[in-house]
Amino acid sequence: MTDEVILRVKDLKTYFHVDEGIVKAVDGVNFDLRKGETLGIVGESGSGKSVTNLSIINMIPSPPGRIAGGEVLFDGADLLKMPLNDLRKIRGNRISMIFQDPMTSLNPFLRISTQMIETFVLHQGLSKKEAKEKAIEMLKLAGIPGPEKRIDQYPHQFSGGMRQRVMIAMSLSCNPEILIADEPTSALDVTIQAQILDLIKDLTARLGTAVILITHSLGVVAGMCDTLCVMYAGRIVERAATADIFAEPKHPYTQGLIKSVPRMDKRSSDRLFSIRGQPPNVINLPDCCPFYPRCDKAKDICKRKYPTTTEFGQGRAVACWLYTEAK
Amino acid sequence: MTEKEVLLDVKGLKMHFPVGGGLLSGKKGHIYAVDGVEFEIKKGETLGLVGESGCGKSTTARAVAQLYKPTGGEVILKGKDLTKLKADDLIAARKNMQMVFQDPYASLNPRMTSGDIIAEPMRIYQKRRILDMTKKEMDERVEQLMERVGLSRFFRNRYPHEFSGGQRQRIGIARALALKPELVLCDEPVSALDVSIQAQILNLFKDLQDEFGLTYLFIAHDLAVIEYISTRVAVMYLGIIAEISGSADLYKKPLHPYTEALLSAAPIPDPAIEKARKRIILTGDVPSPDRQRPGCNFYDRCWKRMDKCLKNRPKLKEAEPGHQVACFLYHDPD
Repeated sequence: MTDEVILRVKDLKTYFHVDEGIVKAVDGVNFDLRKGETLGIVGESGSGKSVTNLSIINMIPSPPGRIAGGEVLFDGADLLKMPLNDLRKIRGNRISMIFQDPMTSLNPFLRISTQMIETFVLHQGLSKKEAKEKAIEMLKLAGIPGPEKRIDQYPHQFSGGMRQRVMIAMSLSCNPEILIADEPTSALDVTIQAQILDLIKDLTARLGTAVILITHSLGVVAGMCDTLCVMYAGRIVERAATADIFAEPKHPYTQGLIKSVPRMDKRSSDRLFSIRGQPPNVINLPDCCPFYPRCDKAKDICKRKYPTTTEFGQGRAVACWLYTEAK
Repeated sequence: MTEKEVLLDVKGLKMHFPVGGGLLSGKKGHIYAVDGVEFEIKKGETLGLVGESGCGKSTTARAVAQLYKPTGGEVILKGKDLTKLKADDLIAARKNMQMVFQDPYASLNPRMTSGDIIAEPMRIYQKRRILDMTKKEMDERVEQLMERVGLSRFFRNRYPHEFSGGQRQRIGIARALALKPELVLCDEPVSALDVSIQAQILNLFKDLQDEFGLTYLFIAHDLAVIEYISTRVAVMYLGIIAEISGSADLYKKPLHPYTEALLSAAPIPDPAIEKARKRIILTGDVPSPDRQRPGCNFYDRCWKRMDKCLKNRPKLKEAEPGHQVACFLYHDPD
């Protein structure tokens, strides 16, 4: 990891227009991704993790979605304002993605070879024969046994873990600078999850790829990520180095989240800590702190205004009124 | 714990599903989903059943509940073998055993109000004259149950789509408790929930157990959840139980190589611990249970395998007091 920032997300806003009103799925997200860094985004369902990352590569279905504001700076250019043709040269080439469900992200009608060759031919201008050789090489790198034979098979002939390996081989085949992995192991079993996380870690370190890892599992981020962003109701409420967040979470939501996960290394017969109430409905959310109805430390101002972000240095930032006064 | 009454005793439970045999293929086979599972649950305890997808956890629960007719084995609930009961007697016996399902979206009828859903078990047993309750008593019971699981009684006329995932799971739990069962089979009841909601529901399960003296068979694939909720834990692999022991014991000192690998693969939410940990990464996937193996089911993926494991099937035997394991590292083939 170096200090060179390769992706800067500034005040990103993505809204969805639905019958009931406006869903502010992402509402002012800021973060930097450094070269070779693994950045984790955690949050519960509906907190805007996936929408953030779809917005980065401008893949929000529109309508009903709309990127309402902000910038995504990659290599000096704003991806959100880039013409589609230029963007296509970046997607899958310099920034690539892995999705949660490896079954729905591969085309069931096409052989693996067809799907992998496409990437090489399109982005690297290789001939089909060269592309196939490259593809076999990538599959081997991703730990698929007998890639020469497997490459001509269809997705249904692969197990869930193997399909995810194919996706990883495919997404890393153009040596991208950034890999966005959206819940890459949530559909997999624990032992397979360990294999896949190991593979992602190993390959991205070898290729120097920066990773944005989206997950709801605190266990996964603890082992994988250098930096962590915690999202709640469309905003990042806390951002810090992974070790710092786990050692001393500052935002009440982060504190609650870490405390409410049962841990197998620390057995306790006590009750689990739990955050009371339900995650908020993000339709027509008022301009208050969305966490205040569930927060034990809520103050009067939390009901009236969204907290400003307090910077603590070393990339640490928290959006909570508890820390604004202290400064 | 030893003096406590055994509530459920499962002996040699087998559940084989026929597959194929279609018009064209002509080939017939079986999926050996559950292939000789044995365990007992004592009154008031929680047996956690953990394993990867396809290992037969849910099938075991469903075969225990007699939702599937088991291929073989006995399911003895309070001294009665459910597999041999006649339909009427089975229904009467099953009053004592209820289920909570994984998917709070699929397990509630979208056209019934939450109140009707919770009252339905009572209505069914009322109709069969096994339960004697007036309409008013039932209504009161529904309201009482809703309050107990943390739902306002004013929600009783609402439909499932008006509730969040966590609230729906509360409805499912209230329904399971309606008949005052002693045994509740929980099939991945928290797997579909977010972390903060999962903690609420796990606490609810514990509170209800303390209050009503419930006994749980609790299925999950999350090892930390299983440890938190269980008194004893059974680890399943490919249709058999690989290891069964007291919860604290199992996590401190796993004996079966599969349990060891499973525990080392599960991530711990602490970066300092994660950095220092050494993982046992298993090769390959969970094989398909489409054939019966002469040897150990785990042979293909085991890193401690020996020659005798290929030809002989290890039986579940006590290796240490209260700690049973099916592995030849701890006992020799008969």
